[in-house]
Amino acid sequence: MIFVTVGSELPFDRLVRVVDQWAGENRRTDVFAQIAETSLKPSFIAYKQFLEPAEFSERLAAASVIVSHAGMGTILSALRSEKPILVMPRRATLREVRNEHQLATAERLAAMGRITVALDETELRATLDRIGELKPKEKISPYAGPELVAALRDFIAQR
Amino acid sequence: MPARRPKVVAISSAGGHWVQLMRLRPAFEDCDVTYVTVNPGYRRDVGDAKFRVIPDGNRWNKLALLRSMLGALWMLLQVRPDVVVTTGAAPGYFTVRLAKLLGARTVWVDSVANAETLSLSGQKAGSHVDLWLTQWPHLATEKGPLYRGNVL
Repeated sequence: MIFVTVGSELPFDRLVRVVDQWAGENRRTDVFAQIAETSLKPSFIAYKQFLEPAEFSERLAAASVIVSHAGMGTILSALRSEKPILVMPRRATLREVRNEHQLATAERLAAMGRITVALDETELRATLDRIGELKPKEKISPYAGPELVAALRDFIAQR
Repeated sequence: MPARRPKVVAISSAGGHWVQLMRLRPAFEDCDVTYVTVNPGYRRDVGDAKFRVIPDGNRWNKLALLRSMLGALWMLLQVRPDVVVTTGAAPGYFTVRLAKLLGARTVWVDSVANAETLSLSGQKAGSHVDLWLTQWPHLATEKGPLYRGNVL
């Protein structure tokens, strides 16, 4: 399954439309999308506007690949479960988000080799055509890095 | 008599903020920790740990913001933490501000999603918390925030 998710805060029709059209043209019936509150009604893919945390986890576990906005919840969850993730950042220039934090974060995480990024619809479309080739990145540990954990432990221990 | 375990409130809003907070759990191993968030569905993530829900708020809806702030205040008066740790956003901001007034020590861990500039709430919270952290080394400055690793 391909699990598409745009987070619960805002719709991201620009991403969902591309995936829907691609699924239609390629007769893909193995796509499920969480699309948030929007008037868009995808024609070719299964979808829900929102998922409870339990269903989100199940969908993620059942997926072979994730396609999403550059939300850290989804990215961290995908890395944690060793799933390849294709990310298209929301853009402030298109009023999809308040500032370009998704673009900046996606580019830095891509540079670190953690995620695959499509900057626009054309790149998204092209990457979907070779989605089966995306490989999971190195699995991350279940918890934050030791440096951050130690910094917090030390702070809590001071009285 | 062993010393009393420190009481910690670990709070965040939903989505990526919560996923990041959950990745900090080993830091609270020796603490009496209460996890606080805005979605009751997250209870399953914390096992047997204490768990509370307060109303969500964002800066676009003043009434929701007020409800969230009152929820944070009520939670703090009941839990009375020694330390509050948050990964944001608005509910975490209220909680560290109020907790400070109630005498707790506070930590702001800015989201790893802010790779270019700190979050708005992170910028505002910075001068009011005892430990102000960014997860990107290039955003650390002498006046804060500090960089002490990240959730990855």
